[in-house]
Amino acid sequence: MTVLKSGVDTESAEFLANAEAMRNKLAELDAEHAKALAGGGEKYLERHRKRGKLLARERIELLLDREAPFLELSPLAAWGTDYTVGASVVTGIGVVSGVECLIVANDPTVKGGASNPHSLRKSLRAAEIAKCNRLPLINLVESGGADLPTQKDIFIPGGATFRNLTQLSAEGIPTISLVFGNSTAGGAYLPGMSDHVVMIAERSKVFLGGPPLVKMATGEESDDESLGGAEMHARTSGLADYLATDESDAIRIGRDIVSRLNWHKRGPEPVASVPPRFAEEELLGIVPPDLKMPFDPRDVLARLVDGSEFDEFKPLYGTSLVTGWARLHGYPVGVLANSRGVLFSEESQKATQFIQLANQSDTPLLFLHNTTGYMVGKEYEQGGIIKHGAMMINAVSNSKVPHLSVLMGSSYGAGHYGMCGRAYDPRFLFAWPSAKSAVMGPAQLAGVLSIVARAAAQARGAEYREEDDAAMRAAVEAQIEAESLPIFLSGMLYDDGVIDPRDTRTVLGLCLSAIHNAPVAGARFDGAGFGVFRM
Amino acid sequence: MTMLGKVLVANRGEIARRVFASCAKLGIGTVAVYSDADAEAPHATEADVAVRLPGSAAAQTYLRADLLLAAAHASGADAIHPGYGFLSENAEFAAAVADAGLCWIGPDAKAIAAMGSKVEAKRIMAEAGVPVLTELDPEQVTEADLPLLVKASAGGGGRGMRVVRDRAGLAEALALARTEAESAFGDGTVFCEPYLENGRHIEVQVLADGHGTVLALGERECSIQRRHQKVLEEAPSPLVERTDGMRERLCTAARAAAEAIGYLGAGTVEFLADDQGRFYFLEMNTRLQVEHPVTECVTGLDLVDWQLRIAEGARLGPEPPPIRGHAIEVRLYAEDPAADYAPQSGTLHAFTIPGVDSEFAVPPNQGLRLDAGVRAGSVVGVHYDPMLAKLICRAPNRTEAARRLANACERASIHGLRTNRDQLVQVLRDPDFLAGNTDTAFLGTHEVNAPLATPETVRYAALAAALAEAAAQRSDDPVLGALPSGWRNVPSVPQHRAYRHGGTEVEVAYRLTRSGLHAEGYEQVRLCTAGEHEVVLEISGLRTVFRIGHFAEQNGPEQNGPGLLGVDSALGSVSLVPVPRFTEPGADLLPGSLLAETPGTVVRLAVSTSDKVKAGDPLLWLEAMKMQHQIRAPHDGTVAELRVTEGDQVDMGMTLAVVVPEGESE
Repeated sequence: MTVLKSGVDTESAEFLANAEAMRNKLAELDAEHAKALAGGGEKYLERHRKRGKLLARERIELLLDREAPFLELSPLAAWGTDYTVGASVVTGIGVVSGVECLIVANDPTVKGGASNPHSLRKSLRAAEIAKCNRLPLINLVESGGADLPTQKDIFIPGGATFRNLTQLSAEGIPTISLVFGNSTAGGAYLPGMSDHVVMIAERSKVFLGGPPLVKMATGEESDDESLGGAEMHARTSGLADYLATDESDAIRIGRDIVSRLNWHKRGPEPVASVPPRFAEEELLGIVPPDLKMPFDPRDVLARLVDGSEFDEFKPLYGTSLVTGWARLHGYPVGVLANSRGVLFSEESQKATQFIQLANQSDTPLLFLHNTTGYMVGKEYEQGGIIKHGAMMINAVSNSKVPHLSVLMGSSYGAGHYGMCGRAYDPRFLFAWPSAKSAVMGPAQLAGVLSIVARAAAQARGAEYREEDDAAMRAAVEAQIEAESLPIFLSGMLYDDGVIDPRDTRTVLGLCLSAIHNAPVAGARFDGAGFGVFRM
Repeated sequence: MTMLGKVLVANRGEIARRVFASCAKLGIGTVAVYSDADAEAPHATEADVAVRLPGSAAAQTYLRADLLLAAAHASGADAIHPGYGFLSENAEFAAAVADAGLCWIGPDAKAIAAMGSKVEAKRIMAEAGVPVLTELDPEQVTEADLPLLVKASAGGGGRGMRVVRDRAGLAEALALARTEAESAFGDGTVFCEPYLENGRHIEVQVLADGHGTVLALGERECSIQRRHQKVLEEAPSPLVERTDGMRERLCTAARAAAEAIGYLGAGTVEFLADDQGRFYFLEMNTRLQVEHPVTECVTGLDLVDWQLRIAEGARLGPEPPPIRGHAIEVRLYAEDPAADYAPQSGTLHAFTIPGVDSEFAVPPNQGLRLDAGVRAGSVVGVHYDPMLAKLICRAPNRTEAARRLANACERASIHGLRTNRDQLVQVLRDPDFLAGNTDTAFLGTHEVNAPLATPETVRYAALAAALAEAAAQRSDDPVLGALPSGWRNVPSVPQHRAYRHGGTEVEVAYRLTRSGLHAEGYEQVRLCTAGEHEVVLEISGLRTVFRIGHFAEQNGPEQNGPGLLGVDSALGSVSLVPVPRFTEPGADLLPGSLLAETPGTVVRLAVSTSDKVKAGDPLLWLEAMKMQHQIRAPHDGTVAELRVTEGDQVDMGMTLAVVVPEGESE
């Protein structure tokens, strides 16, 4: 084992300035998270509490094992839209009765917990995480159903919600619904499709059509309780398996259900772990606010991996990409980390070989992004950079071991793809507040547009005004800059959350543990194809 | 001169262990007897051999002379030491032991019998020139004679004793005392004597050998009493110390008393004294006293060792050793002083006294001695005396002894049972006590019953308990155990834990973050370290260590309950019962509740609310699956609640009615 040495001077002006910039970004992030926590606002929180109900996060806290960590996913969903930050639903991974579960809780203080297109995307992402990592899914239901004005974006794709539930069940992944309030119309299929259903006396209301609709449809006079009350479902329809006396009792029953799942994780157990030898606090000062300045990812790894131990693969070849083996909270990982931004042919080939090796040894991969993309230019095109980049993207796409991505700094262009960006289905993808992601840098993009426009003007023989060009470039640059920031991208659900760099080890440890609920196996030929290609 | 080979102690608890300790030093073998309740008790497990006395009640076990003699024969013991209490002052048993050819460690049966009757004893003492209180004839009592004390002639330990303050109450007091004496001692004889309202209990330890030497080993004062039972004893007595010539007069009287009955071995002559130093003979205890250690501590003698030697025929020296320094003993009882000293029973989960220098033996000059009958884990039952242990401090002077003893009591880790510990600490720190102003009414006239732990202490203890539980939980967690405790990327709700302390509930809301502990209402607290058994907090800049014991179940009505946490620190000792996170259905049922054992329909009611019912009376009928189920009263009592009416649908587990047992109010 090689122990990383890290020469970060924590007293240097540069480090202090970096840390200061990161703290400012974290403060901005906290302010955005606070919007999600505020839910529907003080008035609606108060009204909810007055009804003797717990808030969504309070329900989750009571459901979780005491002291167990909880990773909230996509907390910034719907950021930058007309909808409340958080998208009226809370999702995350936590431990219930000793089992890691994926928890989805409607936030009824936001428009009665109605589902908007962002809520749907967030819930579907949660279901996807549950499915590929084999996490039992617990729905804490209290929702007025779909946000009707946006039904065109919800109704058709939203059908997947129920299909996912039963497909999870088909794969042996338990699904549990604790119904705290309304779960009507389409929402009725949430408990309907779940393996285990708990309803709360005088609280849960589950029916396809309420009294007015029934009256309209058949003329029948009815009331909420007889159509969909918890007592009725526990006694008559059999839709409820358990009748709880109140919210706390429902959560108690939910915990009991999980404790009887006889759950066994299918991935290998971690080995004992030791913390890194360097302080996680120092992760604040490593990434410079100006991403044009490179930083050594080994300084990050020294504060991330067990015992700061990192065995580097091909340290002398393709040095702009650092590859190597480490452990994180006792789980083996193969690391690919950009060192000097650009990916050349050598880096691409090195990555391809490394990804194949990780698949041979069933080792999960961790991608630490700080890339401006694949190198351009005559020499590189002629040297086959497209072939080599494609090779790397091929390897990333067809690798079967779990992938984790963390955007530390830049994640531009096809480099984002090669480093397992969102479209390459990493099991989890998180961004640091310092990250930026786009097809290319804002200045470059604006410059490209300028060159193209100037050429077009010349072709037309039109005059190309320099002040118009400057104004266009400034506007484009500002727009692209804003759209490449992590909070914006997080709002688009293009990551699973923006995290404090100091939390990275904890977040990745939690994700690796969650991942190991499913078997971990690489794409191996197993005698049926080729050996690892030496690049 | 005989040589003892093996001694059976016909007793239990700390006194049995005390005798074993001296036997061991002399190389004498030891035999314990134990009742079923004491099968695992320390005295039963540390003797060389132990003989079972089937049953648990004292009358079936430690009071059975025949079983004790059989045990002595079976074990090959050649002597019986009776300890105190039980058969220690039973002349018939002493005689039976001698008749069986065994050595009785104590005075002969004649001396025991002479002192066993208080009326007779007073007569002998008066003849020997020992001052006595005039006996009052109940028939002739006038207002001027009040208050007076009714006592059982065969009594001891305060039983059968009644203070009478007005003549109207005399007849009833006599009757009650007779009944109590009859049941406790098998002898209903009672007598009356003047009651010294502010009297002080002073006694003299005597030691007499078989060669005519009687030594008076100085006095002990035992004025701090509750319900005529001693709680704190000391030597020398502050009253005797400040009264010229009193010690000589007391010792002369005590020797005269012992000589008058041809006493052998260790005994105690008890006197009642007033503030002027006048004293009157109360009774003579013909055995070792509970409080003998204080005399040992100021004289340096081992009284049990001398009891054994005297039984073997040894000679005492001509003069008693000088009295050096001061010794105070406190008796730790499993009782609740705030609830009229109600005895407590259950498991003593923790029992650690810090700084103990010796057990069952005289400690060094400045030292702490522990004579305990229990250990951590002992189960304290209802069958015997609730005394758990005696803690004795020996110091150069009285104030130092009191200070050290108070500190040791305060720092003791005692959890699982309520004890009088807090009261002991407050007595030892009371200005009147420290000034030597003690009398037998002390506990009734001083404010010493408040709990020692302030609400602040309880709050800090609760925080420490929560953090210790959190640490324990983390180390037990099957998944993600190595991640930071309670970690959140988007923190919203803190962790909650709540504890019951006496009648109050303390809630702790806390979050552990990178920047340390955040706990609502604990802004002045900084967390240093937190482990399952130790939490270190810095409270307003003062670093304080809390030690936390986690015990499985709680005593009393909540058997198999949520457990118990014992939190000890320099701030005090606090026992906390965790409040469960969730209420199990049925946990909040009223006693006497009748639950539906099947879902069904109430077809008929036979009673209505507040009806009196007898056990087995039908209350109502439930119909389910074409079967009618009769619900009957489980015991005699009153129908306090009827939660259903005819035609009601009921669920399994639903409460149908509540029948409060007879004699219990709601």
